[in-house]
Amino acid sequence: MAETKASGKPVPRVDEESKGYWEACARHELYVQRCRDCGTVRYYPRALCPTCLAADPEWVLSSGRGTVYTYTVTYQNLAPGFRESVPYVLAYVELEEGVRLLTNIVDCAPDAVRIGMPVEVTFDDLTADTSIPKFRPVS
Amino acid sequence: MGFGRQVVIAGVYEHPTRWAPEKTQYRIHAESARGALADAGLGIGDVDGYFTSGVSQMGILSLADYLNLQPRFLDSTSIGGSSFVAHVTHAAAAIGAGLCEVALITYGSTAASERFAVGTGGGFGGDPPDQFEAAYGPTVVGAYALAAQRHMHAYGTTSEQLAQVAVTTRRHAGLNPAAKFRDPIAVDDVLASRIVSAPLHLLDCCIISDGGGAIVVTTAERARDLRRPPVYVLGGAEACCHTGAGHRDLTDMAASQSGPRAMSMAGVGHATVDMCMIYDSFTITVVMTLEALGFCGRGEGGAFVSEGRIGLGGALPINTDGGGLSSNHPGMRGIFLVIEAVKQLRGECGVRQVPDCRIALCHGTGGTLGLRHSGATLVLGRG
Ligand SMILES: [Zn+2]
Repeated sequence: MAETKASGKPVPRVDEESKGYWEACARHELYVQRCRDCGTVRYYPRALCPTCLAADPEWVLSSGRGTVYTYTVTYQNLAPGFRESVPYVLAYVELEEGVRLLTNIVDCAPDAVRIGMPVEVTFDDLTADTSIPKFRPVS
Repeated sequence: MGFGRQVVIAGVYEHPTRWAPEKTQYRIHAESARGALADAGLGIGDVDGYFTSGVSQMGILSLADYLNLQPRFLDSTSIGGSSFVAHVTHAAAAIGAGLCEVALITYGSTAASERFAVGTGGGFGGDPPDQFEAAYGPTVVGAYALAAQRHMHAYGTTSEQLAQVAVTTRRHAGLNPAAKFRDPIAVDDVLASRIVSAPLHLLDCCIISDGGGAIVVTTAERARDLRRPPVYVLGGAEACCHTGAGHRDLTDMAASQSGPRAMSMAGVGHATVDMCMIYDSFTITVVMTLEALGFCGRGEGGAFVSEGRIGLGGALPINTDGGGLSSNHPGMRGIFLVIEAVKQLRGECGVRQVPDCRIALCHGTGGTLGLRHSGATLVLGRG
């Protein structure tokens, strides 16, 4: 997390295994991986299937829709970039593709978030090259 | 089953400090080692196995250097706050295999006096998962709160029920002169304390202190002519639980794997456990651990902790020293779970003694519940 945006928030350190994921995020597209051998959908992206260790997964474009699996409204985080952002909502969203990912729920009052709430992806452009998927209530 | 030889804990020491700005972390390790070896009636020259964690990546070598140890077995397994519970099992296995005979486990930390924000600071490395997590601002408290919120949703667990854990253990802390916070609190005090990461309030969170401790593990044979009554290591197991490639059930814990394994190895059932030391990083950790260990059904933990069972005088007293919620939490609490359990089994706890304590269970949770965590369960018995 060497690179940081002016806000001080950490910017993802992209590696060879995650490059495709982050390049898609920069285009505002969310992808998950599916194993060509055993069919298991996984998140986060990685080179080998953690179910059967097969390589060469296929990239599946996510619908970007899902529901809030769980969440917390964070009132205290002393780390730079976050201490100015409280309160913010940290959540796991369960995508329609079946995987749960850690994210933030944005564009709504923190107190309005509920488990089971339908949400859709929206991208936060951290830098010119890096965007991260966040979620907002389905309008 | 077992470790091949009868393995015992022959000495323990909990460093009394809760605030030690004048001391280094290494000095606390050394003072704790001195205390535990004196308790056992052994000298530093008797130690031939060394276990520690919570220091730098190769800090075990620097600590062996500082203590001038020449161990023939070294282990700095680092799986978070549960590490020291796991070290006891590892020591027992090493001793059982004849790889060492007198194992020393030490811990020391100056988290409080260095003003290290254990639960609400940053601190992300460059491991693969970090790039998918750090940018969203998960704190340690937040990662436990994610599990708490899901547990409340799934089972109707309430903030009042979680608060019962803090209230009960604070009452225990009032019976422990070394505890950092000893004044009684009520459920309303917990609910009125500020929210750190919803649904967890400040008083749902463990405190931050300095501190340390040490444990001496050896064979029953070697312990026969030592100072203290031996405490038998009956069973031990560990497990880990993580995001599961996106398929994790956040109401499950590593304890649901390690608990049954350790109890089966020890050959004890739930009804024979006289007291538990449960890692109480947060109130929710206790509720979920009791469920995962099988002391109640999944989802019943909230009611279980609210009916007087977990307090002294109840059916299953827990955290009789006041726990991390009230006594001490220098960042990694596992060693204190074992030390208090040993004192209870030796009948040395005075006003907070569990009557006729024969079997104690320790469970350490390390890391963060909502992301990746370890579980280490240890079953101890008196002779
Ligand atoms: Zn596969």
